Amino acid sequence: MKQLVVISGKGGTGKTTMTASLATLAGRAAVVADCDVDAPDLHLLLNPKIRETHDFFGLKIAAIDPERCTECGECERACRFGAIHNFKVDSRGCEGCRVCTIVCPSEAVSMVERVSGHAFVSETRFGTMVHAELFPGEEASGKLVTMVRELAVKVAEREKKEMVLIDGSPGIGCPVIASITGTDVALVMTEPSISGAHDLARILEVAEYFGVEALVCVNKYDLNPEMTGEIDRLCRELNVDVIGKLPFDPAVVEAMISEKTLVEVEGPVGEAVRSVWDRIRTKL
Amino acid sequence: MIISVASGKGGTGKTLVTTNLAASIGDVDLVDCDVEEPNSYLFFPDREEEASFDCTVIIPQINEDKCTRCGKCSEFCAYNALAVFPQSVLLFKELCHGCGGCALVCPEGAISEGTRPIGKIFRARSGDVRLLWGELNVGEPMATPLIRSVKAEAKGDLVLIDSPPGTACPVIETVRGSDFCLLVTEPTPFGLYDLSIAVQVVREMDIPCGVVVNRSGVGDQGVQKYCKKENIPLLLEIPMKREIAELYSRGVLFSGKMTEWQERFADLLARIEEEIR
Repeated sequence: MKQLVVISGKGGTGKTTMTASLATLAGRAAVVADCDVDAPDLHLLLNPKIRETHDFFGLKIAAIDPERCTECGECERACRFGAIHNFKVDSRGCEGCRVCTIVCPSEAVSMVERVSGHAFVSETRFGTMVHAELFPGEEASGKLVTMVRELAVKVAEREKKEMVLIDGSPGIGCPVIASITGTDVALVMTEPSISGAHDLARILEVAEYFGVEALVCVNKYDLNPEMTGEIDRLCRELNVDVIGKLPFDPAVVEAMISEKTLVEVEGPVGEAVRSVWDRIRTKL
Repeated sequence: MIISVASGKGGTGKTLVTTNLAASIGDVDLVDCDVEEPNSYLFFPDREEEASFDCTVIIPQINEDKCTRCGKCSEFCAYNALAVFPQSVLLFKELCHGCGGCALVCPEGAISEGTRPIGKIFRARSGDVRLLWGELNVGEPMATPLIRSVKAEAKGDLVLIDSPPGTACPVIETVRGSDFCLLVTEPTPFGLYDLSIAVQVVREMDIPCGVVVNRSGVGDQGVQKYCKKENIPLLLEIPMKREIAELYSRGVLFSGKMTEWQERFADLLARIEEEIR
């Protein structure tokens, strides 16, 4: 079984639209995993019917029992994250290290576990999808990404699928690292702008750092052909294949509004996506 | 006054709004907290760089002579950053949050603290816009300590913060302490869905918010209807125009070329000030 992840340094370059379209082309050969857990949009295109719901336990965070607390302030002094004020824990600042529990002389601090989100296994018109919701303001999105991926692999093995297709998140930090480690190929979406090119260079470094083969696809390449040329040059220098260029096409937004993927509507962009898929398949 | 510019969905125009707003109003600190992919400084090609320095985090240093490999440190570590072997102790430095717990629990006093860099902070100036940004080193998972450090460098009366996309810990660290949060979205189902998550987050944090719709004219009216229903002020609409997209792609501030926008951005600031009052 192969794992393909769609990522981008810059946000809004078409990861989700691409993932949904690839899912259409893969048909029932793939399990789709939405690992952009703090802005998950894939379900808006694939309309999943939830089959299984799993609780996600995020970080355990500290809680102070006011009955036992003598207001000595030891915990506040020891907390490196500035998460304790006036003998109360700010759940958004707490990183769950437990230092407060060992410095408290009156055993007033304990760690509480709580459900921070859910992971789902669902049925879509293209087969099985694994996705998640992180409750607003909850942390540990990298941990939830790992949970979604583990579930997706388990389901893929059970259903004897050839591939797990992962929709990643923007950036280069913890959820991105959790999305790409151990995958076979990363399809990197970018756009021909100064920001797109800058962010592409950084995400390609990340892929190399984690030993994942990267393939690049330039979205809306015709908005700035000159910058597309620069992206081509950058990729040649880094020995990375540019496997596709998608034209700017108003049909893309129309497709999103009608909850369809790009290969389910007419237009030049659908053809371009098909050729990206063919080239990925040869790679895998 | 601190105004942060955030969005659930990526690529909706946070940096477009932050940079054009900063250039239009002037005398402002523009702080780029999207340390994973900082872009705002690219729109100020005439910037003079003033300083750059490492952002460091605390890590444990183990004195192998004093260490008895008792394993109390690795048992305590909530992040599995320490592994104790019969011959040595191994630190997985990227996993360490620098809480200091291992040093506290070590019965031999074998752990002291050192530092290591996770990224860089840059300071520059373009006219009366003071630019600050952080850049996370490749391979580093944790952006929040760098975000905290970059924010601490902003000392002006008016601070504009460009946030990373999403709604997870880096965003929460970025918008924490803001007087107002401007949420930039696009009029599409993705834009609306991610906006609704972002609104829940800022409301839970008790930060007043308003919405900017970018690429207005494409898509549908879902965002406008949502704002009305939720009673969230829609403060500015930037139309879908090829000219704006092309200028952005070249790293040019569109308000510098389409000068009527300078006034619109100044009005945006005035509206935000009213909302805070």
